[in-house]
Amino acid sequence: MADLHVNVAGVEFHNPLIAASGTFGFGREYAEFYPLSVLGGISSKGITLKARPGNPAPRIAEAPGGMLNAVGLQNPGVDHFITEDLPWLREQGTRIIANIAGNTPEDYCAMAEKLNDTDIDMIELNISCPNVKQGGVQFGTTCAGVSGITKAVRAHCRKPLMVKLSPNVTDISEMALAAESEGADAISMINTLTGMRIDINTKRPIIHNNTGGFSGPALLPIAVRMVWQTYQKVKIPIVGLGGISTWQDAVEMLLAGATALQIGTVLFIDPYAPIKITEGLAAYMDKNGVKSISELTGAMKPW
Amino acid sequence: MKYDVKLCEILRRAEIAENTFDFTVRAPELAAAAAPGQFAHIYVPGKTLRRPISICDIDKDAGTLRFVFQVRGGGTAELAKFKVGDAFDILAPLGHGFTVEPEKKALFVGGGIGVPPLLGAAKHYGENATVAIGFRSRDFVILEDDFKAAGCEVRVATDDGSYGHHGLVLDLIRDLRPDVIHACGPMVMLRAIAQFAKENNICCEISLEERMACGIGACLGCAVELNGEDGTYMGHVCKDGPVFAAERVVL
Repeated sequence: MADLHVNVAGVEFHNPLIAASGTFGFGREYAEFYPLSVLGGISSKGITLKARPGNPAPRIAEAPGGMLNAVGLQNPGVDHFITEDLPWLREQGTRIIANIAGNTPEDYCAMAEKLNDTDIDMIELNISCPNVKQGGVQFGTTCAGVSGITKAVRAHCRKPLMVKLSPNVTDISEMALAAESEGADAISMINTLTGMRIDINTKRPIIHNNTGGFSGPALLPIAVRMVWQTYQKVKIPIVGLGGISTWQDAVEMLLAGATALQIGTVLFIDPYAPIKITEGLAAYMDKNGVKSISELTGAMKPW
Repeated sequence: MKYDVKLCEILRRAEIAENTFDFTVRAPELAAAAAPGQFAHIYVPGKTLRRPISICDIDKDAGTLRFVFQVRGGGTAELAKFKVGDAFDILAPLGHGFTVEPEKKALFVGGGIGVPPLLGAAKHYGENATVAIGFRSRDFVILEDDFKAAGCEVRVATDDGSYGHHGLVLDLIRDLRPDVIHACGPMVMLRAIAQFAKENNICCEISLEERMACGIGACLGCAVELNGEDGTYMGHVCKDGPVFAAERVVL
């Protein structure tokens, strides 16, 4: 029987599939389909220090091979998350990652302090939300920015710290190195690519925010390439995401160097995707004599 | 079960007006759970996003759901190509539907492709319902006979006067003082109906649409500004709606 357990920064996940932040809310809507323990973990909707209303509609636009979103970090704030959502999430038999976004280093540090005293498993530092002017992306697009925010949060954070990287940079592996050097325990990559769609009749962008984050199947080759480049540079584990829609995509991402995986947009196509991907991974492992899924991490043989 | 994904065989398909299609699918579990005014999220092969399509009618005995939709773009064009015997991949029933109180006098107001979601609820009211529906022209008039067959009084308006009253649906309802109004259609029509309801102190529910992704309230894509206790806040059409009390919505 294939062993799907993975260990990311000391946290054991019973399978490598984690629901990506922003696609899964706080889990309740998907619990109508299946027990959330089908997932190895859940990364929460991006949380901020104070509640945020989010952007005006439209927030969504379709694009070939994917979609754009600009939700704008609508969330009830970290205190609400801790008291109202976390206790329920904690009972679902899966690892819980708090995805936090902020406007200032102080915001991030204050949230990290609040979360230290909870039983979340990990913090995911969102410094790559492209959809709000001050949602952390200002920290995520330069090495100095990534270093600075990682260092600041690290000093306040007693939980395993994962830094989520933006692909909207010249060399994402340099950002990963910057995070690693300041004490990040893991990297998750990639966030959405900034994109735009225009309504040719009204001559306005379809999304009210003008631009949005592009996600979905078309992102996969870009994400696989970026994970591979980064895997060669950092020692800390990489949680790979970006366009994973099938078990074959999941295997590719693992081979490129990911230790665990996040899935997001595919959930909108097929809410049952986590079950199908996990079953496909297990069958692939059995067929290929892979005992532990960790054997696949970085096992690609480049030309 | 609140909602689920099912493959639903298409039992009937017809083009009932220009670019407007009428499908009935076998969906016993979904029909059993569905209520008038809810919607379905239908998978389109080759597309990332499902298409939210209102449930036009529910036959719990036959275990079927009916959808009437207009081809608006590439996604609905693909759905329109499905044939009898094919299956739609349907996530349903979603959202909150209309409040149905059949003993009351109800007015249903629909504009264009906003008409289909009214049928299921109107059927519960039968003779207690007046249905005022407006279309661009005669060629776009749909479901008039279905409402009549349910016993409703039907009034039709067209923009160009080619059928029924020449003008707006609002012109058809000014003499009416129902207990409740249920409306779906273009925003400009909904604003006018909500205003009419407010002036006459009538309970009014409106059904909205918005671009959406997950359909179940997780992604927060389909935002709508709602009136709350301390100012306005962003709700979501898929979960808080698609049917809202008119006074709740910032129109």
